[in-house]
Amino acid sequence: MKVFIDPPNSLVLFDIVERFGHEPLSAMAAIQEKIDNLEIDMPPMNMTLDDVVRGLKYAGVEVPSGIRGRLAMWGPMIEEADAAIIMDDAPYSFGCVGCERSNEMLKYLIKKRNIPILHVVYPSDEEDAKNFVISAKEFLEGLSK
Amino acid sequence: MTIKIAELSCGTEYSSVQHEIEKAALSVGAKMVYPDVSADDVDDAVKRFGFNPRSNQLKLMIARATSLADGKYDADAVFICTCFRCAEAALVRNELRRFIQDNTNLPVVTYSFTERLKAPQMLTRMEALVTIVSRKELLARERQTGLTAGLDSGSSTTKAVIMQDNKIIGKAWTTSGNVIESADQVLMEAMKQAGIELKDLEAIGTTGYGRYTLGKHYNAKLVQEELTVNSKGAVWLANKQRGEATILDIGGMDNKAITVRDGVPDNFTMGGICAGASGRFLEMTAKRMKVDIEDLGPLAMKGDWRNAKMNSYCSIFGIQDLVTQLGEGKTFEDVAAAACHSVAEQVYEQQLQEIDIRHPIIQVGGTSLISGLVKAVGEILGELPIVPPDSQYIGAVGGALLSSGFL
Repeated sequence: MKVFIDPPNSLVLFDIVERFGHEPLSAMAAIQEKIDNLEIDMPPMNMTLDDVVRGLKYAGVEVPSGIRGRLAMWGPMIEEADAAIIMDDAPYSFGCVGCERSNEMLKYLIKKRNIPILHVVYPSDEEDAKNFVISAKEFLEGLSK
Repeated sequence: MTIKIAELSCGTEYSSVQHEIEKAALSVGAKMVYPDVSADDVDDAVKRFGFNPRSNQLKLMIARATSLADGKYDADAVFICTCFRCAEAALVRNELRRFIQDNTNLPVVTYSFTERLKAPQMLTRMEALVTIVSRKELLARERQTGLTAGLDSGSSTTKAVIMQDNKIIGKAWTTSGNVIESADQVLMEAMKQAGIELKDLEAIGTTGYGRYTLGKHYNAKLVQEELTVNSKGAVWLANKQRGEATILDIGGMDNKAITVRDGVPDNFTMGGICAGASGRFLEMTAKRMKVDIEDLGPLAMKGDWRNAKMNSYCSIFGIQDLVTQLGEGKTFEDVAAAACHSVAEQVYEQQLQEIDIRHPIIQVGGTSLISGLVKAVGEILGELPIVPPDSQYIGAVGGALLSSGFL
């Protein structure tokens, strides 16, 4: 199944989803597509004006362009997702989209999809970390492949 | 020497404007650089700064600013930009600008962008940053020497000034049409006044939107953006070459607010998204009222803006307000005063918030001849601006003054 991860550029979440046999929908995939298909060689996020305009599907013109650009990148992935894992209170070193308003909107868009969602809190110690991996494993194994 | 402009930004990549910013910098011989910080630096910097935004990109901006303030990263100027309409970013942007000014001597400019930003819109700002860094000695020049001319090709008017031994000996202006023809006309008039011929001129300086075209046409020794040139012309005309001042130039197409120290600009803001805050709106107002633009100021001086409601950000809606007020029987005097107040209020709200005003305030440019507008600016700022003689010739005077530095 296609599993959206939030933060969408978290390598840890990407790895966990992939290990348990699912397809992670992540920033890495979107960026890779931009590099491979559009021959834009300025990673990470060389968006085009058309991309930002496409973001109007998710937020009106009064919303700052940076938010619309982010939503244009990740909105379609959320629409495509069969499930999602959301990490709450993650530090920026774990992965982030840079803009808190975009974070809030992404979480809202995921919730509106009515797909299976696993909410986890960023682990504060080793025990929490183990519990996080166990809960992610159970969630992912419970999804049909 | 390549000038390094440190970029502190949020949202540029996702707004598709990062490439445009880099392109603008490259076109004026500069390059954008990004102060290196480690993840550990970010929390410390935010704690020290004292403002903890929710957005991580803003935290990174704070860490980068701290790196500059501590001298850990070498840059020549700072460009701070965030998405237009983002409240959190607007707060951080302005406070970071103050932080950089308090802790470094780097010139800094702030900007809020939309996804429509293109490199040419950034060109004047980038060029001004580069000028401030690379032409410090030239900008410190206080006296004009020799026989020189300054040409200012503005969006509304074209001006020429002839200077000799630190005195204006000829001046002329006309409304802008064809860039070269307009400049030829005013230069000829100014030279006639001065009693000289083109071959007598030792140097020419050009500024304004048509500066490159005129620079090439006249083989000018100085071709420079209007932010630095105008500020030099303003402090020369106002005889305020030493100490601090704020230059306010409400132009036909965009407005400039520049702070100077000893005649050298160190922070500026240049706006131009909404024509409701420009001199163009006052031209439209005068036209709709069927009065000459020269008469608008004296009319406004006799009126009271409180009697007519006009405060639209947009010139089109502003004219609608005007029509409504006139239709309701408001006097021309009150409506003229309201139009001036509306422009002054918007300049204050949209631009003067982005700099820390220093005193005295020197109001210049063609609109400084509209007495009602100067009065309105004074009422809003609580201090009547100084309007120096020949205040509409700042760009041309600055061009003549600075070009003499090449003799």
